[in-house]
Amino acid sequence: MTTTERQEKAVRELLQIAESVYDQLDHGDIPQMNLSLRSKKNIEFDPRKNVWTYGGLTANRSAKTIKGATLMLRTLHMVDFIRDMIDNKHSSTLREMYYISEGWGNGKFHSQDESNLLAEDLEIVSRCMREDFKLRPEEDGARVIGDLTIIETDRKGKRKTINCRDDVGDSGYSIPYNVDKEKIEMKSAGADFIIAIETGGMFDRLVENGFDEQSNALLVHLKGQPARSTRRFMKRLNEEMGLPVVVFTDGDPWSFRIFASIAYGAIKTAHISDYLATPSAEYVGITSSDILNYDLPSDKLSDQDVAALKSELNDPRFNDEFWRSEIEAMLQMGKKAEQQALAKYGLDFVTDTYLPEKLSQMGILF
Amino acid sequence: MHSDDGITKKAEPPRKRSIANDLAGKQQEISVTEFFEKNKHILGFDSRSKALLMGIKEAVDNSLDACEEAGILPDISVSVERTEEDEEYRITIEDNGPGIVHHMMPNVFGRLLFGSRFHAQRQSRGQQGIGISATVMYGNITTGKSARVMSKIEEEDTAWVMDITVDTKKNRPNVNNDNPFIWPDKVHGTRIEYYIRGRYIKGKQSVFEYLKNTAIVNPHAELTYTDPEGKRYLFARATSRLPPKSKEVKPHIHGLEIGDMMRLARDSKQKTLRNFLKNDFSRISDRVANDILEISVLNGEMKTSSLTRDNCRDLVNAVSMVKIMAPPTDCLSPIGEDLIKKGLKHVLEGHRPEYYAPPVTRAPRVANGNAFVIEAGIVYGGELKSEGQVTILRFANRVPLLYQQGACVITKAVESIDWRNYGLEQRGGKGIPYGPAIILVHIASTKVPFTSEGKEAVANIEEIGKEISLALRLCARSLKGHLNKKERKKKTRAKFDVVQQILPEIAQKSATMLGRPVPSLDSTITKIMNVVWVEPFSTTGKKGLRNLRYNIYNYTTTPKSFMLHSVLPKSCLNETIMSDILLEVTEEGKTTWKVEALPPAACLELEFQLDGELSDVFEESDIFVSGLNPAMIMGADQLPGDWGIKGMDISESDSYVDEEEEEIEEEILDDDD
Repeated sequence: MTTTERQEKAVRELLQIAESVYDQLDHGDIPQMNLSLRSKKNIEFDPRKNVWTYGGLTANRSAKTIKGATLMLRTLHMVDFIRDMIDNKHSSTLREMYYISEGWGNGKFHSQDESNLLAEDLEIVSRCMREDFKLRPEEDGARVIGDLTIIETDRKGKRKTINCRDDVGDSGYSIPYNVDKEKIEMKSAGADFIIAIETGGMFDRLVENGFDEQSNALLVHLKGQPARSTRRFMKRLNEEMGLPVVVFTDGDPWSFRIFASIAYGAIKTAHISDYLATPSAEYVGITSSDILNYDLPSDKLSDQDVAALKSELNDPRFNDEFWRSEIEAMLQMGKKAEQQALAKYGLDFVTDTYLPEKLSQMGILF
Repeated sequence: MHSDDGITKKAEPPRKRSIANDLAGKQQEISVTEFFEKNKHILGFDSRSKALLMGIKEAVDNSLDACEEAGILPDISVSVERTEEDEEYRITIEDNGPGIVHHMMPNVFGRLLFGSRFHAQRQSRGQQGIGISATVMYGNITTGKSARVMSKIEEEDTAWVMDITVDTKKNRPNVNNDNPFIWPDKVHGTRIEYYIRGRYIKGKQSVFEYLKNTAIVNPHAELTYTDPEGKRYLFARATSRLPPKSKEVKPHIHGLEIGDMMRLARDSKQKTLRNFLKNDFSRISDRVANDILEISVLNGEMKTSSLTRDNCRDLVNAVSMVKIMAPPTDCLSPIGEDLIKKGLKHVLEGHRPEYYAPPVTRAPRVANGNAFVIEAGIVYGGELKSEGQVTILRFANRVPLLYQQGACVITKAVESIDWRNYGLEQRGGKGIPYGPAIILVHIASTKVPFTSEGKEAVANIEEIGKEISLALRLCARSLKGHLNKKERKKKTRAKFDVVQQILPEIAQKSATMLGRPVPSLDSTITKIMNVVWVEPFSTTGKKGLRNLRYNIYNYTTTPKSFMLHSVLPKSCLNETIMSDILLEVTEEGKTTWKVEALPPAACLELEFQLDGELSDVFEESDIFVSGLNPAMIMGADQLPGDWGIKGMDISESDSYVDEEEEEIEEEILDDDD
């Protein structure tokens, strides 16, 4: 489908929401909307696509409560706004939409989170992507450095061939918010694998130490929880160029969730997991055993850390032997460690010793 | 000790005798006045700031008492002025009381323990007659200046003015400049002007606070206050109803100690024991006297004067086993539930409290032979300060108690209640609670058992504490009821917002988007609400006039018939109460309206006025419904069973579905962009 076709479909789907609400009111009923329940209680493994998606549980949004009614009103305003943007070939950021909602009467957003969540709700209802609605996130995707050549169609419609190692500065190539095939074409990859790194400090360390060339790796900076475009970018490289993905994060419960959203799909976006997740991604570390084996400097787990770990124990995505033992081990020792704790053994330790050791265990490096 | 034999040893000085003689020479009567002069704290003059307040308090209490006795609505003005001298103030208190006859003026103002009330069993503010003369004395001592007193009685054309000091040695007044004068525009009244060394403070124990609290429990008084900065405050009269005059009564025999009994027997004019019992105590009938005599095994014909200590002990023991009617209550003058509310409202309205718990006046009880009545009230919310402990307003015989809060039975009773059950915060369920509330307790008694002559705290007597606790619990229950109601209201309000605002916006927006006509919402609205909603509105017009309106919506799918009930202050009703749906108004003001077949989605407006002094006492949310399933009423309560009027039976069986099926909360993990 072309962009225009997808957008027409999006408008049609969205208008059906308005029509359904109208018809229910016209019949004298209490209007309702049914949405997939977006909670870890309702994610299931889809063996065909190899990712976690929403199950059959739905949440009923009824206009009977203030919350439900407000949401419904908001949805109508948003649908109208999206239709308007598509008609006028505009696009807006989620943050702009938050401000535009000032004029929506009782439907206005009270926080940006609300507008983000609703945008995702509409994706679920309309089975279209947020990008089709011409809504973009506030920040772009992350940085990439390594031997990868892409062709990007820029804002003036000009096709530019870019090598992500040779044609960019030290801060790398920046992944745009839209990484659709029409925007970016993957041309060739000299790199053997992708290493996705949580923190900027570690990314820069690997760049400075020349890890991309030394190990023929494509370095991707996640900036904490990776943006949708970053995840989509990695998935395309994995699928189209056959590059394995490994994830290198801090050793704490939140980092485990970063990995889960890359490999299994995030709970919030489980409706498009097959579009964003890379099921074959693997976790390098920092693992609980790394903290012990490498005797890394560590911090005590906070109450929130402990609660997050416990919550992960009943998250179906973590329900395998590797993660159970990692989580339980961390709970048991009560400690967490940062990636950069590896600097205890010198700045080169991570690239000379730690990663080569770990990656060869995983069969990525030899 | 004395040697006659000439062998004079070195003479031992007759030391002991000499000292005894010395002492005998020094020993003399210490007058009561001198005693109090040396022990000023006993009268409450123990600090400079307190001294300033105590003097005013004594004078104002006397004025209020005098006005009440004379059946006059009090107008009292108080002013505090700084003089040139450091820490010296000139205090002036003027009233419109009956005045004091000329020859009594010196004694009233210049002699301690001179008064008419000490022996009387009746409720009054001043009890010992120490107050005002002690103030004059304290003023004399600290400034060296005399007090100037003016008074006029109605029967005479001239008023008298004189300067008074207290001779502390003799406890007698010294009078100077005693002159008659013409007091323009004064029919009767008294004015005292004195100088005092003191410290003027603001806040909890200030003159202003004392007068404000006095105004609360004396809504019939008008108080004017001019502070040292020259700022004038007026606490206007809230009611022209004078408190009923309290009567003198004989003591009640319950709770007397052996010594009390001996003293009363000694002073009695009754010849025989039987007559002593029957005539010197209240509520002792022949039968009761017989019972007491029988149990104590004493002869009713024995002479009262020959009662021994052991006889008295037997009497006291016997009395405790006999059931005796409570003392007559007309010796007490409780403020009354309406007037407490009135007083509170009048003085506190600036804080816009959201709730005045209906005040409680308990039935009279007896402690130590004295009748007492406990009254309590709670004010909650609005702009009352919400941080810190609640404010406790303590009163004894309509006098505010500002000092020694911790030692007072009122405070102890407040502390002993677990206020968490009633919607206030309290650490560990003990101690003074926290929150935006004022707790008022009034003890009215023929003799308030103060902990000291300063009359600052009431002694911790079990019977009194228990009564306070009971009264407070009643108020607290009302408060809890209000808080529950408020919570329910919030929920109702939320639904109301849905159907009144959001739903119409949804209809409008979806219609515009699709280019279709806006759909009618009646049916959807009734399905969402499924209640009869009563919404009160109240506006205040000119003095004493209140406009009340109730909007009654039928947000259900069928026509509804039911009754509305309320208790209205009867004295405030006027012709506006008449309407097609009014069914009856009873003697007590219980009012019933009958609504017949109100169609779905329809709204009925019920409007009337309250006009009169008690109009502001009515709480507009006190509206009740009968004839409907309680689950289908919002904004009103179901008619309580104890009203003694017949409500409407529930005629139709509304299948009520619990509407509170909550949406399944969505738990979002923050693991995404």
